[in-house]
Amino acid sequence: MSDQVAAPRPANAASANKDKVVVRGLNFYYGKTHALKEVNLNLYEGQVTAFIGPSGCGKSTLLRVLNRMYDLYPGQRAEGEVLLDGENVLSKDLDLNLLRSRVGMVFQKPTPFPMTIYDNIAFGVRLYEKLPKSEMDARVESSLKRSALWNEVKDKLHASGLSLSGGQQQRLCIARTVAIAPEVILFDEPCSALDPISTAKIEELIDELSGEYTIAIVTHNMQQAARVSHYTAFMYLGEMVEFNETNNVFTSPRDKRTQDYVTGRFG
Amino acid sequence: MANLYSGRKRRNLVWTGLAYGATGLGLTMLVIILATLLWNGLGGLSLDVFTKNTAPPGVVGGLLNSIVGSLITTGLGLAIGAPLGILAGTYLAEYGRNDRLATVVRFINDILLSAPSIVVGLFIYELLVVPVGHFSALAGGVALAVLGAPIMVRTTEDMLNLVPNQLREAASALGMPRSLVIQHIAYRAVRSGIITGVLLAIARMTGETAPLIFTALGNSLFTLDPTGPMSSLPLIIYEFARSPYAEQQSLAWTGALILTFAVLALSIAARALSAQTQQK
Repeated sequence: MSDQVAAPRPANAASANKDKVVVRGLNFYYGKTHALKEVNLNLYEGQVTAFIGPSGCGKSTLLRVLNRMYDLYPGQRAEGEVLLDGENVLSKDLDLNLLRSRVGMVFQKPTPFPMTIYDNIAFGVRLYEKLPKSEMDARVESSLKRSALWNEVKDKLHASGLSLSGGQQQRLCIARTVAIAPEVILFDEPCSALDPISTAKIEELIDELSGEYTIAIVTHNMQQAARVSHYTAFMYLGEMVEFNETNNVFTSPRDKRTQDYVTGRFG
Repeated sequence: MANLYSGRKRRNLVWTGLAYGATGLGLTMLVIILATLLWNGLGGLSLDVFTKNTAPPGVVGGLLNSIVGSLITTGLGLAIGAPLGILAGTYLAEYGRNDRLATVVRFINDILLSAPSIVVGLFIYELLVVPVGHFSALAGGVALAVLGAPIMVRTTEDMLNLVPNQLREAASALGMPRSLVIQHIAYRAVRSGIITGVLLAIARMTGETAPLIFTALGNSLFTLDPTGPMSSLPLIIYEFARSPYAEQQSLAWTGALILTFAVLALSIAARALSAQTQQK
């Protein structure tokens, strides 16, 4: 398995190691279940960080803490510190909607809204900006171009977002997220419901978006982690086992468990 | 093994036969009802029915005041019941998922859903007719709302529960406040399902007689005033069907025909709409 792994990417040298998100001593509970244990992690500005690990290790949970998505459900709580540009996002006084406009998220299954392709993008923008029609048109166009969907939908912007294929829907969701100009984008297994060609397009897109955005991606696919990320975090049973440059995690892991996982011995 | 199989086959045959029989019985009843209505009611159908008011025996009359009265009382019931029903359903599905209050509300709603309509009529009589001192279409509308709202509560909740949580999360992830997520995403995703519930409630309210006897009472004159007594189709059918005069009996049949087909049309529309939702 390890020799199939594509050559891992080097970190973006220019902006390397400028902290965007800093997680310190994070514990997370689903009711009484202790799902994350003393997690520490840095997301560097403009870099792609992959979260890998077997199912149930807490990687999606960690992602959902970063934009406080867990707050939608009672009984879920986080303790510790998650600093976004130095500001603790776990603070009770924080405006959740403003946080989420800065930290966007793309989900496992494509989730287009039941409205036109145009409105799918314009809707989120209208929440925070009042733009004249011409500027909104330009915003929709640039977001669709950014997510490599423009050529496929430019003639049917007023068709339902649900009429697109799965891969197109997922790119529409990315366009929608990009349109509101977040600083961080979280991807929760964005390709697990897609075919290989759509997957390749999404990976290419993540690559293009890095640099401008700080990106975290949860994936079950180790080749994908190796292809798209600069840094990789390996999690196991709610613990952060290893966090390092992707290159090092895949070629010279420090922990036995990481080595076993990336070489396909378990998970 | 061969024995087991042939036995199973025989049982299958018997039960399939019974199922077809039951379906046939139900359908036969429906066909007989519709045929009787057409047979007796179609003869009395004329322009007079829609242009003249109910009249004493010996005078050519119609059902204008009753048809308009039905539209008004049902409209009042809808105006009062729909906002209540849809908002309560929204509470149950969106805000109350983990509240104990929601369990209580849901339980009470289920009781209301099967409450005898005559009891609802008497209740509103005590509440709105006795204190005011006279019958009114408004009281009728409130009684109908009490009957229609639980249907809309149930369908709205069921429909909103069909909206995947992922869609709500995706909307929230853009920084959308809860209220907007419900209005613009959840409602929109199941719009036709919610409308279906409203149509079913209208159908139920249009056909009710008992709650109107103690509230709207009936009126042989044409009126648009909701604060006074008002006629309606179920009431006039009830009255004329017991009349000894042939022309009034015939009008009762015609009224029943109009009412049944109006309700049938609403149910079919509701069916078509919900089929559309499921395809999406």
